[in-house]
Amino acid sequence: MNKVVKDPAQALDGIQDGMTLMVGGFGLCGIPENSIAQLVKMGVKNLTCISNNAGVDDFGLGLLLQGKQVKKMISSYVGENDEFERQMLSGELEVDLIPQGSLAERCRAGGAGIPAFFTPAGYGTEVAEGKEVRIFNGKPHILESALTADFAIVKAWKGDTEGNLIAAHLPRRKIRKTHRTTHRSSKKLTYGTR
Amino acid sequence: MALDKNGIAKRIAQELKDGWYVNLGIGIPTLVANYIPEGIDVEFQSENGILGMGPFPFDGQEDPDLINAGKQTITVRDGASFFDSAMSFAMIRGQHVQLTVLGAMEVSQNGDIANWKIPGKMVKGMGGAMDLVASAENIIVAMMHSNKAGESKILKECTLPLTGVGCVKKVVTELAVLEIKDGKFHLIERAPGVSVEEIISKTEGDLVVPDFVPEMQL
Repeated sequence: MNKVVKDPAQALDGIQDGMTLMVGGFGLCGIPENSIAQLVKMGVKNLTCISNNAGVDDFGLGLLLQGKQVKKMISSYVGENDEFERQMLSGELEVDLIPQGSLAERCRAGGAGIPAFFTPAGYGTEVAEGKEVRIFNGKPHILESALTADFAIVKAWKGDTEGNLIAAHLPRRKIRKTHRTTHRSSKKLTYGTR
Repeated sequence: MALDKNGIAKRIAQELKDGWYVNLGIGIPTLVANYIPEGIDVEFQSENGILGMGPFPFDGQEDPDLINAGKQTITVRDGASFFDSAMSFAMIRGQHVQLTVLGAMEVSQNGDIANWKIPGKMVKGMGGAMDLVASAENIIVAMMHSNKAGESKILKECTLPLTGVGCVKKVVTELAVLEIKDGKFHLIERAPGVSVEEIISKTEGDLVVPDFVPEMQL
């Protein structure tokens, strides 16, 4: 089986208006920049993006925000992005802020076929509003539902024809490990190499 | 004299125990790594997916792909490992990290903490703070006793949106070490040369003061 495609256009074939995307990256690391550039080129609109951060104004998801291609962001931390803040405060952009661990676990659960789970994170805060609370081992937990997406886009340093990826090359320590496994919960995994 | 940020970090470092896994938040907590007592070996966890974080790199040695949760470039120690966010928070939620040190805007006498949002002013998101405070068994808050307007951050009740409920056990400020027990702050130590009266006057929450309050040994 050869999963390698020739360019980002082919990799992202099938992404349409209104779809939900999981997008890798933390801060300015691991941002799938080639795939995002392709999404800008395609001009798809009304996207829901699930991503820990929202990039900065001129890099990462900030580029999709500039083109008003994003309808809703599901994130845990969205600082360092003026255009994001402007769209959020003006109500153009729907924003769902979620504790980072709950966000990661909701993505994992979606891929693992678990529809919902209980977590103590956010109990007693505004994150818990409207959510079922249950006590386990004497401690209150809130019910969080799984997240799934139509596509996930991640950045990798190296890949093979089977679709195994190595996220980053760290030559000084000789440590290599794939991450972003969480994003396997989308139906289709796409990546752009550097 | 009141401590500076490094002094606060140095005092918190005395709480470290050999073999612990420790998560340090952004700001003063990050400085704790500079003061690990001799003979104590701890591993630092960064919630973006690193166990075994090392010191900051020297100029020119930075690796742009290697950052901590505060997005600063870092190094890793021999034997360090990388993992995805779900695994990272499994470690945190599963209480495999023995100590979390983080900053706060407000702490209340029942252990509530507010540190993620100022309505109408700062709405950047909570990042991993809610997961950390909800799960860690041992949470130390590192912060200044008062805010920039001179108002106490050590309160009967938090006024800002909460990050977690009843979770803080200890607070270290430039003036004092406080423990939270039975719905009250307890004065444990004072900074060198700082009077008990000053601490009382700058603490809004209920404060239990013993007859003798030792100075911090730094």
